[in-house]
Amino acid sequence: MKKVIMGNHALSWGASLSRAQVIAAYPITPQTQVVELLSEMCASGELNAKFIKVESEHSAMAACIAASLAGARTFTATSAHGLTLMHELLHWASYGRLPVVMGNINRALAPGWNIWADQNDSLSQRDTGWIQFYCSSNQEVLDTVIQAFKVSEALLIPSMVILDAFALSHTFEVVHIPDQDKVDSFLPRFNPPIRLTPSDPHAFGGLTSPDHYFEIRYKLQKNMEKVPALIEETGRDYEKLFGRYLGQVEDYRCEDADLILVSSGTAGYTARVAVDELREAGIKAGNLRIKVFRPFPFEKVRQILGRAKKVAVVDRNICYGLHGIFYQEVKSALYGHSDGVPVFGFITGLGGRDITPETFKEIAEAALARDKADEEIIWIGVKK
Amino acid sequence: MKQKKKAGKIIFESEKDVPLMPISLGSMLFNKTGAWRNIRPEMNLADCIQCGICWKFCPDVAIFIENEFPVIDYDYCKGCGICAEECPTKCIAMVEERK
Repeated sequence: MKKVIMGNHALSWGASLSRAQVIAAYPITPQTQVVELLSEMCASGELNAKFIKVESEHSAMAACIAASLAGARTFTATSAHGLTLMHELLHWASYGRLPVVMGNINRALAPGWNIWADQNDSLSQRDTGWIQFYCSSNQEVLDTVIQAFKVSEALLIPSMVILDAFALSHTFEVVHIPDQDKVDSFLPRFNPPIRLTPSDPHAFGGLTSPDHYFEIRYKLQKNMEKVPALIEETGRDYEKLFGRYLGQVEDYRCEDADLILVSSGTAGYTARVAVDELREAGIKAGNLRIKVFRPFPFEKVRQILGRAKKVAVVDRNICYGLHGIFYQEVKSALYGHSDGVPVFGFITGLGGRDITPETFKEIAEAALARDKADEEIIWIGVKK
Repeated sequence: MKQKKKAGKIIFESEKDVPLMPISLGSMLFNKTGAWRNIRPEMNLADCIQCGICWKFCPDVAIFIENEFPVIDYDYCKGCGICAEECPTKCIAMVEERK
């Protein structure tokens, strides 16, 4: 079935097709419609899930943690300040090895109040032990939710499925809605190895001394390291059933590219238009879109960027006192592997300012005009 | 004096033996955390209006409803006093433990 739906509803459909059993959420612009549709689906009986109304996002995540511990497939969604209010509980979910899946609409943080696209909300949660998927289309949002449950439940690590405010959240696109029975065959019922049960009660998350805390964290990282291979595997399985491949990165015309742009989110689609136009103008450009930020796809990034003569990383975020966050990760991936390739870091589009093909062309020109990456940040579009 | 039972400390030698998540190894049916309590709630059921607020607020799920009245499970009640604070008829008193 094909439907014209907005990005927010693509998240709701993804959760519904995954047969989420418990949904606890608090509304925040621009995420609100995600939980509105889910609450309607629960009320009509279309979705057999318990919808828990809560008084804050901190409580929403707490409810998800408890439900997941009891063995329920659990979903929530938030944005910006809602996500940052959850910060403490994000650790409880990942350190407790609870595979909650959460949609996050990338929105700028205040002050000043701004409800538009900006990646700093989710990127400031990068060290919480969650898998992070960044999406570029409504179809990808829906497909990624289903895949996120599969990956999360196999390795017992929670996932965030992230989309840009308005550029996706409120933008309508044609989306293939997969058949429920096919989704069921791809994603069987959640059956965790350890769960809260009255017949065999245990205390969870209790005092853990230096004798064992270290090993528990070690095991989380070891399982995190298995995520890239599992994403590739589940991506191929998904493709067999639904015809759409989901991987860690999208390589667009990088094969013979001299200049590779590195992008994410909706800007990653705009970049493809820019690449085509640059190629028409005789510049061999390509675009590497990072779809999975945590765990960072080191191998894919090395493999694809290792072929380039120049790399331009585009960040819609900033790590204050340093530079763009994707820039930092890309440089770290290439260190000791492709040290000869100059990598330039660009910051643009903060707080929802449009990133257009012209923005990318400006970025390409700036990268081509430089031989060495001397500047920490090359700003694009600041009114100076 | 009765000899206190000594709790053994388990230390794993390899990460392979450590559970994925921090979890008590033994069943909580035997780990009776009510022993931590210094003050105990005592109910005067004559004033109880059966509102269930103590049952709802107990953070340790140590209050049950039996025959329509609340009953405290002293094996797990840690004596936090939230039930006494929240009780609208003040029929729960917090009394010092004497062991």
